[in-house]
Amino acid sequence: MAVEDQSSGNQYLTFSLDSEMFALPVSQVREILEFTHMTRIPQTPAYMRGVINLRDKVVPVIDMRAKFGLEVVTETVDTCIIIVQVLIDAEALLVGALVDSVQEVLELNQEQIEPPPRMGVQLNTEFLRGMARVDEGFALLLDIDKVFSCNEIAMIRQSQT
Amino acid sequence: MADLPQQAFREEAYELLAELETALLELEECPDDMEVVGQIFRAMHTIKGSGAMFGFNDISSFTHEVETVYDLVRNGQVHVNKALVEISLQARDHIQNLLDACCNGAEADLATGTELIAKLQQFMPPPEPQLQADTQLQADTPPKTVATTESHELKTYRIMFKPHPHILQNGTKISALLEELADLGTCRSIAQMTRLPSFEELDPELCYVSWNVLLTSTCDEDAIRDVFIFVEDDADLNIHLIDTGEEGEEEGQRLGDILIGRGEVTQNDIDRVLAKSKRIGEMLVDAGLVDQDQIEAALQEQTVIREIQEQRRSKKAEKMPVSSSLRVPAERLDELVNLVGEMVTVQSRLSQVAALRHDADLYSIAEEVERLTEELRDSTLNIRMLPIGSTFSKFKRLVRDIASNLCKEVDFVTAGAETELDKTVIEQLNDPLVHIMRNCMDHGIEMPDVREAQGKPRLGTVFLGAEHAGDSVIIEIRDDGKGLSTAKLREKALAKGIINAEDSLNERECYQLIFAPGFSTVEQVSGLSGRGVGMDVVKRAIAALRGSIELHSTEGAGTTVRMQIPLTLAIIESLRVTIAGASFIIPLTAVEECVELTYADIEEAHGRHLAKVRGSLVPYIPLRKAFGVSGAAPPVQQIVITRTGGRRLGFVVDHVIGEHQTVIKPLGPLYKNLRTISGGTILGDGSIALILDLAQLMHQADTLEKQVEIEHE
Repeated sequence: MAVEDQSSGNQYLTFSLDSEMFALPVSQVREILEFTHMTRIPQTPAYMRGVINLRDKVVPVIDMRAKFGLEVVTETVDTCIIIVQVLIDAEALLVGALVDSVQEVLELNQEQIEPPPRMGVQLNTEFLRGMARVDEGFALLLDIDKVFSCNEIAMIRQSQT
Repeated sequence: MADLPQQAFREEAYELLAELETALLELEECPDDMEVVGQIFRAMHTIKGSGAMFGFNDISSFTHEVETVYDLVRNGQVHVNKALVEISLQARDHIQNLLDACCNGAEADLATGTELIAKLQQFMPPPEPQLQADTQLQADTPPKTVATTESHELKTYRIMFKPHPHILQNGTKISALLEELADLGTCRSIAQMTRLPSFEELDPELCYVSWNVLLTSTCDEDAIRDVFIFVEDDADLNIHLIDTGEEGEEEGQRLGDILIGRGEVTQNDIDRVLAKSKRIGEMLVDAGLVDQDQIEAALQEQTVIREIQEQRRSKKAEKMPVSSSLRVPAERLDELVNLVGEMVTVQSRLSQVAALRHDADLYSIAEEVERLTEELRDSTLNIRMLPIGSTFSKFKRLVRDIASNLCKEVDFVTAGAETELDKTVIEQLNDPLVHIMRNCMDHGIEMPDVREAQGKPRLGTVFLGAEHAGDSVIIEIRDDGKGLSTAKLREKALAKGIINAEDSLNERECYQLIFAPGFSTVEQVSGLSGRGVGMDVVKRAIAALRGSIELHSTEGAGTTVRMQIPLTLAIIESLRVTIAGASFIIPLTAVEECVELTYADIEEAHGRHLAKVRGSLVPYIPLRKAFGVSGAAPPVQQIVITRTGGRRLGFVVDHVIGEHQTVIKPLGPLYKNLRTISGGTILGDGSIALILDLAQLMHQADTLEKQVEIEHE
């Protein structure tokens, strides 16, 4: 991702979780779904909400609130599933991210993006690629591949049992 | 896809190379088997020929050198020994490398080729000037020499030999000529006596007879003329090719047949008319145009031609089944299987809808579709079934190479090569099998001297066998090596922290330790096995195939690894059950029966998870508890009694819905650490049901129980 494509490379989709705003590169977003029924898979951590049937494909959905250690709330009409394409162990894979609401698509220049803050953020900075000033606030740029990396999930699973 | 012929050549060449390998290994065992030598020669020859045709010149010229040596072997000028087979195997590998290089567009490694050719030339007989010239000649034109001996078809000639009357006067022996002719092939001769005068006029020194000979042979006309070369001036000789051996043009239809074909007369009409008339031969004789002898000869000719055509037809019919197989790219098959998978899903939705509608017509159509889909599924999956033997031959080479590498003497025995398995399963079995075989050779089989000292035969045996068992295939790998010591395994597991000192393990559990991650029994890491990948990788690979693996050993006598692999991966027959509204799938092959479980039953068992099934006690796992489902269970639950890993075990669910055709969808790498669910499937209503991995559930329950026991103590 060193050389960004001009057309969609610096476009970001923003979404909200709790009071924070996050951003994802549009190039990784496949589609956005309304909240739908999920099949919960037993013996998996709570943030792995389950799987959905996306046109005859089984796609896992991750509850981003639970994943980032935020309070889990019941779904609202704004609750969405963002289907993103991630690379896990060099394998391209579709994963759904359950978020509070989807905001907008932003254009961000490289200059607008600053390194992730060391403190003052509630979540593991490892998941962040940087942050950008948007209007009055900040958007946290997610490294979505890292968020869904297997090792992390495996680790949590072990501690859970 | 521009290179279709080249693609075909590559595929064929890879197959031939596999054949070549098998043949070479066979040759090593029986060096005098000329049939095998012929096989090797032919394989090389085909590679060379088609290689040249499709522009693979490196391959063609290299193969040519190897082929030359085998030509000499075939002629008995060179004798087969181990060294020759060794180099030939290397040469085979080199051809494969060249082929790989061509496929990837990489630069071919010509230096190795030159080196191998130099080595091969050492096997050539000592240079006698004339012989060398001879082989040179042969080397320059081998395709032609082979073509004349191999591709010739049988031809039939009509030879009319009419000696001049005075032919006998210069000592010609006609009988000798006819005999010589008979040596060329199948021969029928009819003497023509028409010129024979009445007895008074007969001159015993003159020849009045002429001959009509029908010869069926592979030789050409010149060879026949050669027979008569010395009498050409004293006789009239007419040679006609009457049957070329190639599939003849369809004979012109007879008038009667045409009329029948046009529906103007029937066969009966024709027969009736024909019965009245005389045969054409008789009519001609009656008319005095020909005599009886000539008719005889012509009739003979007719029979011979008919017989030959008949034979050829029947031969062709025999060949038919061989040529009726198709070569289809694997991707197309995969696509077909995927489509059938989707079809099965749609069909189950149709059946569900039909069941709700109370429409008899719709219901019967849905039933018909269900039956057809089932058949379609079975035959589609059947197409992908391949005999596992193709992998076996690869292992033969592997064993041979490892044995010579380790200076061990090993005999490789296989059984059940014809056992069929899904193509993808066979492919995915390859790596685990290689790993186990390497372990057998490296850690199992002892050095020949050690074996002898222990009173075992010097020659170790590695056995690889496959057999069908219901819906799965059992693969067994057995060696008669030193076996595993349970004490040593325990010690090792302790040192690695896999088990605790107070853990008590039975024999079976000890052997299963070898499958634990990070376990390797040999002290030094050798080049062959123990490259950081242990038996745990093997176990995981087998589990990914929904199979199971077990190891048994007797110290000093050998080790056996048994794998049970399902026949196919894509679609399974299963039982659908629900727990708290969520659907789960249990593979039907494991299910024995379903029984009810009431609150009273549970109370009666005093907290033990045991159910009474017709007099015997069967332990069960309450899946609600195992999956941490909250809420109360329905008053009457169901226990699905299964046979898993040789044990009877029940799984308690809320409701049993019924049989279901399950198209397995993987859950993906995010769930790779989840063992108890082996996949998902999409139900008729679009929701997802999860497939239970019974063996893993049982394993988990065992582990839990053990923990509880420890806590109690």
